[in-house]
Amino acid sequence: MTGIFASDKRGSLIAVGAILIGLLLFSLLTTGDLNLLGTEGFGAYLGTINGGDFSITLLSGLLRGMLLFLVAAGLSIVFGLMDVLNFAQGGYFMIGAYIAYEVHHAPAIIAAVPDGNLRFLLGAMLAVAVGAALGAALERGLLRPLYARPLFQLVITFGVSILLLEATKLLWGVSPRSWSTVFGLNEGAFQLFGQQFSVYRLFVIAVGFGLIVAVALLLQRTRIGIIIRAGVQDSQMVEALGINVRAVFTAVFTLGCAVAALGGAVAAPFLGASLGLSTEFLLGAVAAVVLGGLGSYEGTAVASLLVGITQAVIAKFGVQYLNQPVWESLSPMILLALVLLLRPSGLFGKE
Amino acid sequence: MSENILEVCGIHTYIGQFHILEGVTFSVPKGSITVLLGRNGAGKTTTLKSILGITPPREGKIVFDGQDLAGKPSFKIAQLGIGYVPEHRAIFRDLTVAENLQIAERRKGDLAARQDFIFELFPDLKKHYRLAGGKLSGGQQQMLAIARALVPQNRLLLIDEPSEGLAPIIIEALMHAIRRLSESATVLLVEQNFRMASRLADRYVIVDDGASVQSGLMADLTNDQATIQRYLGAA
Repeated sequence: MTGIFASDKRGSLIAVGAILIGLLLFSLLTTGDLNLLGTEGFGAYLGTINGGDFSITLLSGLLRGMLLFLVAAGLSIVFGLMDVLNFAQGGYFMIGAYIAYEVHHAPAIIAAVPDGNLRFLLGAMLAVAVGAALGAALERGLLRPLYARPLFQLVITFGVSILLLEATKLLWGVSPRSWSTVFGLNEGAFQLFGQQFSVYRLFVIAVGFGLIVAVALLLQRTRIGIIIRAGVQDSQMVEALGINVRAVFTAVFTLGCAVAALGGAVAAPFLGASLGLSTEFLLGAVAAVVLGGLGSYEGTAVASLLVGITQAVIAKFGVQYLNQPVWESLSPMILLALVLLLRPSGLFGKE
Repeated sequence: MSENILEVCGIHTYIGQFHILEGVTFSVPKGSITVLLGRNGAGKTTTLKSILGITPPREGKIVFDGQDLAGKPSFKIAQLGIGYVPEHRAIFRDLTVAENLQIAERRKGDLAARQDFIFELFPDLKKHYRLAGGKLSGGQQQMLAIARALVPQNRLLLIDEPSEGLAPIIIEALMHAIRRLSESATVLLVEQNFRMASRLADRYVIVDDGASVQSGLMADLTNDQATIQRYLGAA
């Protein structure tokens, strides 16, 4: 069984470092005026490297990584503890985005709460509440009767993801919503090597980091954290100690869905709300969970960031040099395949 | 004889489609050390798991301290005051010794109250308190598994094959510890090592092919070579 916070980490860190250095070098090389057939010499090429492009690419990667983490964290802990791969996790992210969008743009709510920042906060809180309620309902109502049949659970979560998608279509239609109103945090921008980057995106990165640390502290320092980590190794033994493991399952599952919905809510101001978010973030998050090592929390956190940065770097390269944006969506799976060839148990997973 | 803390009456347990226990009946007197004996695959471990509700019996009755355990989930059964030390130890390898003990608390302060007793029984655990359970030796892991069952005030301890794979000197230490802890709790032991079982237990139950076939005082069994040969194949 894979363990959260495994102790043997040297190999994992070397692998992470190698990928990160590879990505940074690739990013650095492709943010210059790359001319593979050129004859100007490497020195001339280095002079063309654009620090602004480079740093914005990395920040975008970090931002995407944080959003992926918000979906992947629940996926990873729930899988480790309950052996359930929750295919509906992307759906919760999407629902969160729609709720945040709706609260921010509905005329009645604008009239009642004119302050944009406050509306955003309300939207995020409602998204978390709805995510938690739907998560608890899924676990209690549909998954709990099926713990003896893991395959059925997989099918159920897949079915729920379709249900969420269809319900969203029914409520909001099929056309994507783009965030049109501006609010406090979302207005600010700062300069980095001559390029603009929004303060809000930095705020989302900070929220992501905050959650990585908060969940790590929860797992390491609290009784429920000890129970979760023990449950990842042997949930039957935890129950034999007199602990109601099913209640812990429900709590963890609920929290995972709430965090995914929060991810959607904070992503909405720049990604908008669309049906595609569900699959897009689920795939990236599944890649991150497997890449990090199934059931390993720290692996998931690190891999989410790696996948995010990879996507940003490849997106830039794909658009700028190949005119093929499709490479961006393929890149998590390519990275995953390459890593699994070398480390079949993922970056932080154990055999 | 004193009153029984545990009564197991004609239980039948299935794992999937396999009929593992086909009528196990015995009782455990309060304060005793009772050992379940039998060959590999006879159903001893399943009997312990059935008592704890991990593999609940489909037929028969289990009564612990006057309470019928039928239909209770295993965490509720454990909360009644039953500690479980499973075979192969099943400690949480990635958790520290301290965390392995903390998780067993049923009430805040359980560990603080029992810590001195636990460290007196197993001084090694104090020495390695912050070490991951997986880094301990086999004997130390077994000590941790027993210590974990001692954190709450359990009235019955189910201990499965504590001597498995351990050196004789460690087995001696464990026997001493089990004798000490039996002063405050009743012990139901599964043990393949007949020498250890006969020195520790007051009473025995022989399980053969999923059914209990004989039970009584350990002192009587040690003189009954025919039974030992027939059911245990060892003296």
